[in-house]
Amino acid sequence: MSRSILRSVAVPLAAVILGLLIGAILIVSQNASPITAYSSLLQGGLGDGDALLRTLQKATPLIFGGLAVAFAFKAGLFNIGGQGQLLVGAVFAAAVGFGVDGLPMFIHLPAALIAGALAGAIWGGIAGALKATTGAHEVIVTIMLNFVGGNLTDWLSANPWKDNSGNNIVARTPLVEDSATIPTFGAIPVGFLLAVLTAAGCWMILERTTYGFEVRSVGQNRNAAHYAGIKVGWIMASTMAVAGMLAALGGAVESLGVDGRFEAGVNVGLGFEGITIALLARANPLGVIPAALLVGLMEAGASRMQFKAGVAPELIDVIQALILFFVAAPMIVRWLLRMRQGDSEQLRLGAGWGNS
Amino acid sequence: MTDLLLAARNVTKRFPGVLANDDISVELKPGRILALLGENGAGKSTLVNVLFGMYRPDGGQIIIKDEVVDLHGPDDAISRGIGMVHQHFQLVPPMRVVENIVLGAEPTKRGLVDLDEARLRVVELSERYGLEVDPDALVEDLPVGMQQRVEILKALYRNADVLILDEPTGVLTPQEADHLLTVLRGLTETGVGIVFITHKLREVLAIADDIVVLREGRVVGTTTPEQATESGLAEMMVGRSVVLRVEKSTAQPGDVVLQVDDLKVNDNRGQLAVDGVSLQVRAGEIVGVAGVEGNGQRELVEAITGLRHVAAGAMAIAGKPLTNNSTRQIAENDVGHIPEDREKHGIIAAYSLAENSVLNRYHRPPFSSRGIMRREVIYEHAQSVVEEFDVRTPSVNVAASSLSGGNKQKLIVGREFSSHIKLLVAAQPTRGIDIGAIEFIHRRIVEQRDKGAAVLLVSAELDEILSLADRVAVLYDGKLVDVLDANVATREKVGLLMAGITD
Amino acid sequence: MKTHQRRLLWIAATLLIVLIWTFYSANGPQTTAVLAGTVRAATLLALGAMCGMIGERSGVVNIGIEGQFLMSAFFAFTVTSITGSLFMGAMAGIATGLTMGWMLAAMAVGLKVDQIIAGTVLNIGALGLTSFFYDRSRSLGVSKYTNIDLGALADLPLVGTVFFSRPPITYLTMALLVIVHIALFRSVWGMRTRAIGEHPGAADTVGIDVLRLRYLNVTLAGGFAGLGGSYLALEAVGTFSRAMSGGRGFLALAVMIFGRRNPFGAYAAALFFGFTTALQNHFQLNSVFDIPPQFVGMLPFVVTIIVVALSGLMGSMRDPAALGQTYEKG
Repeated sequence: MSRSILRSVAVPLAAVILGLLIGAILIVSQNASPITAYSSLLQGGLGDGDALLRTLQKATPLIFGGLAVAFAFKAGLFNIGGQGQLLVGAVFAAAVGFGVDGLPMFIHLPAALIAGALAGAIWGGIAGALKATTGAHEVIVTIMLNFVGGNLTDWLSANPWKDNSGNNIVARTPLVEDSATIPTFGAIPVGFLLAVLTAAGCWMILERTTYGFEVRSVGQNRNAAHYAGIKVGWIMASTMAVAGMLAALGGAVESLGVDGRFEAGVNVGLGFEGITIALLARANPLGVIPAALLVGLMEAGASRMQFKAGVAPELIDVIQALILFFVAAPMIVRWLLRMRQGDSEQLRLGAGWGNS
Repeated sequence: MTDLLLAARNVTKRFPGVLANDDISVELKPGRILALLGENGAGKSTLVNVLFGMYRPDGGQIIIKDEVVDLHGPDDAISRGIGMVHQHFQLVPPMRVVENIVLGAEPTKRGLVDLDEARLRVVELSERYGLEVDPDALVEDLPVGMQQRVEILKALYRNADVLILDEPTGVLTPQEADHLLTVLRGLTETGVGIVFITHKLREVLAIADDIVVLREGRVVGTTTPEQATESGLAEMMVGRSVVLRVEKSTAQPGDVVLQVDDLKVNDNRGQLAVDGVSLQVRAGEIVGVAGVEGNGQRELVEAITGLRHVAAGAMAIAGKPLTNNSTRQIAENDVGHIPEDREKHGIIAAYSLAENSVLNRYHRPPFSSRGIMRREVIYEHAQSVVEEFDVRTPSVNVAASSLSGGNKQKLIVGREFSSHIKLLVAAQPTRGIDIGAIEFIHRRIVEQRDKGAAVLLVSAELDEILSLADRVAVLYDGKLVDVLDANVATREKVGLLMAGITD
Repeated sequence: MKTHQRRLLWIAATLLIVLIWTFYSANGPQTTAVLAGTVRAATLLALGAMCGMIGERSGVVNIGIEGQFLMSAFFAFTVTSITGSLFMGAMAGIATGLTMGWMLAAMAVGLKVDQIIAGTVLNIGALGLTSFFYDRSRSLGVSKYTNIDLGALADLPLVGTVFFSRPPITYLTMALLVIVHIALFRSVWGMRTRAIGEHPGAADTVGIDVLRLRYLNVTLAGGFAGLGGSYLALEAVGTFSRAMSGGRGFLALAVMIFGRRNPFGAYAAALFFGFTTALQNHFQLNSVFDIPPQFVGMLPFVVTIIVVALSGLMGSMRDPAALGQTYEKG
């Protein structure tokens, strides 16, 4: 057992180290010191209570974003739509958060979260339903829905749900009511706990329930799933809806727990970060947690790194891309580690636009 | 004049965990036909792939026209005059016949493909060898027999003087197969040498000049048709004496279980593939569906089992109308289905044997309750299937991908037979597996019949149909041409029906 | 193509010409402006579509076109800024595209990484790297490519301005469309390319090196996206900005599918998409209707979703059979 865990962790770990090493070369190319940069990055992410809180806050939507990709992966679907799903989730959660008042917290907060989740479920479900009924490839549709979602939430926060207090000109909603704000217990934001619980829930569903069996069957062999009596179209549509819901919860937690409102253009990179995290976790919901913490730490420490070492925070994006490259191409890593190829290690989606 | 056209000398080829070819030597002389005989997995395909340059041998030599050669790929073999007709045709379906024939050796004019020149040569070749074909037809529109001609022309276009044919008659009616054998005999008269791979004893005796029998990667016998007999060859091929006919008693047909009325079904391209088929299968009988592949068998099976939409007509099981019900609704009426393509439909390769053993019943008690899978129950069920159906595996927790074809098939059969079934739909139940597993599965199918199940058996192997079926239905071009009782269904009669000839 | 489809096409084309002529008679300058905008927006999409189509015809999906555009635009801009030469910049853009294509091939063909994931790596990498190295204080230093009149042709009413008074990369793109069309459907290279996308096994057995040809094609295709990046930075905009490709690499894929993976079809589709973009700009500039800009901005993306869904429903366009699959010998 421990050997197999070690084996499954080896490739992601090596990928992270390789990513950081190449990142160091880039830092040197900018005439900065990689040691200063990385130690200040670490300090900014773990150095004290505030830093830790920042890391957990950053990691929270990342867990949801990673789950949104990982869950869809299990059904053989590639959800690149985390971006759009997060945005609609964030704006609808905020709308219920500021638009309704006089409710007690135990009703108001869940209601706001559910509003966000439902919006995301619809956003993801569109892609799944189109895939199931017309064969339209989810990659194209979710990418397009990212742009549509960006425009839609821009408009919502600039027009009907705009914050008109003072002389605000920014496209953003008013602050949410206290009764819809996610509280913090010490250094641990409740949103983070919610994310961890959601990850555990996803794992349970996928590994222990008949629905999870159906999802994984569709992901592994669509034809055999059909033969086994599984409604493949329904599984694809519902899986994408769940995936959309997960990303949207990330947005809702962001609105209700971190920013206190929705602001247009928030968290622009999340869809892509979710992909890196899900692949780093080898599409395992529980693996998403450490993967998201790692990326969250880097993001939390990025501004300190810029301040102390003079390295642009975009370096984090580059390192993430490098990590993604090395996780996606495990052959390189395995060659470096002199490892043998394990069973079913390669992630396969099977491309094609469905018009066959 | 060369002495040896093609030869393998002590060829050895290993794959991870398998010694596919072990010190094999064979030789082919000009104008002769060499038959390579062996059951599935004996190493025939590996050997010809080595001879054709697809695989590099781990040891031994290849000789082409008296010269030891080192083949780096098929193009090396092609340029030395070796042509191959693969079992699964290597043709590009949406491209035209002429394009397929010249692909890789295209005549050009001013930098572009000269299709006019190509067409002239193809017509000339097909007239010379009696292999008529429309050069401008799309390959995907051609029947399989015609596609095979294209494959042969492809080799001849490249001036092949050695032709390797891998199981060429599997897709033909007996009469078409006879015609092919005549064409091949004609080719040898021009000095061409032919390597003919098959597992059909009859064909070997009918056409070969030399016979080499392979078993478990080794040459176990070299003989000629004059010296050999069918039973002798079979014994050599399997390594023990085999029963060529399945032992079974006379059928005791009961009530009608499967009732199909005027069924019409489309294929993937939207064309009518099953054209008004009406059929009954009674409890306690095996109805075999014979036909050349691609005449609607697949679509018929998929329609009956709910995998494919029925365009018109009706079907009922045990009196219950189930037209266009889902696969699950149909399965829940006690229908077992051994699918044609086990890798595509029958198993999920990455799943464990345990998960595969409940693939279509995971949602029912005792395997799950209230949406939660019960892993201990599933594990025990898998254990009993593996024991009862002789699935050779170290554990039920390993991935199904680790099993051999025969064991995968036994797992599927075990799964389907582990609950009570009224109707069994078995499509190509023994395709590509060893004789031991074939015998086992045949016995189990007859057992189901004797327990009162209605069995619809679809097979491209006419021998399988003739030895198992109590009645034989013949499909041609999507239509049911005739249904014969087993005692009047001779090879010749069924063969003519398979070609659509009814009088 | 079947005869009734062809007839439909002719009817549609005739209607279109009549429609355009009616608008032109009613309001010449505005019609000209919208149509010129259409051609401008179509160029980038057509280049991206050619990149995608050469890959897909050989069986490799490229969803990294967006990243190829972005990275090439960055290098085209930077090299022009340093050397002061638009030509050097354009060449650098093409070279960048080829390099990115080679990287995609190395991942998807060589290392057998899932093709969609490989393309995603390019997209994320390009966004990260260009943002990291982007220097806000840098400017192009020279003025961007300007229109070149093609002699008397440019004086023709309407079409003169729309088609024959364009900057150089647009002309080059139109020429490339013809060349790629002939190459794909008439040359030995094209026949073999289509074969490895439909049935790589068949190609292999006649001695075509499937992996090498895929490598070559995916790399080569990157050059088209690279030219697209150069167009973006040096001809369309005249500078570089973060994430400036704005999703057009993805739209190019829709254009490719809609255009049935052939260059002329893709150009027609690109003109159609370009038209929605041009119309959007026109509405915004002239406030024709009181539609919020966000909704107008969604238009091309919504259209793409509809196109992809419809093309699946009609089943009229078939994917190359081996699309998205890695090829293993034997």
